Amino acid sequence: MFENVNFLLIREIISSVLIIIGVMFMLISTIGLLRFPDFYIRMSAITKGATLGLGLILSGMGIYFNEPDMFLKVVLIICFTFITSPVAAHVIGRTAVRNKIPFWDRTNLEEFKDYMHNEHQFHRDHEKDNRPNK
Amino acid sequence: MKTFIVHFLIAFFGSYVYFQYGDPVLPYNAIWAVAVWVIIMFILWLSSPSYHRSYFHKLPKAFTFILFFLKELVIANLKVAYDILTPNYRMKPTVIALPLSVTTDMEITLLAGIITLTPGSLSVDVSPDCKVLYVHTLYVKHNDVELVKHEIKHGFERRLMELTR
Repeated sequence: MFENVNFLLIREIISSVLIIIGVMFMLISTIGLLRFPDFYIRMSAITKGATLGLGLILSGMGIYFNEPDMFLKVVLIICFTFITSPVAAHVIGRTAVRNKIPFWDRTNLEEFKDYMHNEHQFHRDHEKDNRPNK
Repeated sequence: MKTFIVHFLIAFFGSYVYFQYGDPVLPYNAIWAVAVWVIIMFILWLSSPSYHRSYFHKLPKAFTFILFFLKELVIANLKVAYDILTPNYRMKPTVIALPLSVTTDMEITLLAGIITLTPGSLSVDVSPDCKVLYVHTLYVKHNDVELVKHEIKHGFERRLMELTR
């Protein structure tokens, strides 16, 4: 039944499509990194684009080689990226808020005012860092 | 969770041993390895009501949660991609204070990570008493902040609590 089906061709087509979609997502998120008006919006663009792009490229690679060992490593890399990349984004965003990186002027900050007031009153990391050594 | 890890390891080693030392009935490739793993997991899942009743209900919910999460991830990416490629910005960035119903550290970590990866949002900080999560959101429909909060609470948080409680 499956004698005259070219499995290598099917695998190549599927993996090429996945890799091309992943590269497109990465390219688009990089353009967003250059183009968006504000640090925080850039962060949210680059986190999602890079994570999904990496996942698609790696799964395309795993499907192309089609070996159990390779597939296991690919799945592990995807899991660890999905766990770690939001943590990195969260820490960078929090550091930015503490160091008074300005928001875009069209941002609605109604519910964030109290928090920012507190943070900027008690944590003056940026001033501590910039103070000249005596 | 413990049961899931034990079943996962049993299925993993079963699949590994079958393909390394078993009869070469099935062709040696990734698709058949994953298929054997799924079959072993399924048999273990069918046997689970006798010793761990809630696991029997939670595993299908976990799979639907992962599928829902992947769907939201792709939708978020398409929205941001559309906004990048068209000249005008459609977004109205807002920082919302999301009151949390989840309490333990692991649930808050998972929720913050999932929110960072999905609909155009970035979790900025948790308040010191772990009651409020500040989320930087890009897309707010009709300037209605409550709607966004409702969507997050009834989309992700409810499903997460069904899994961990």
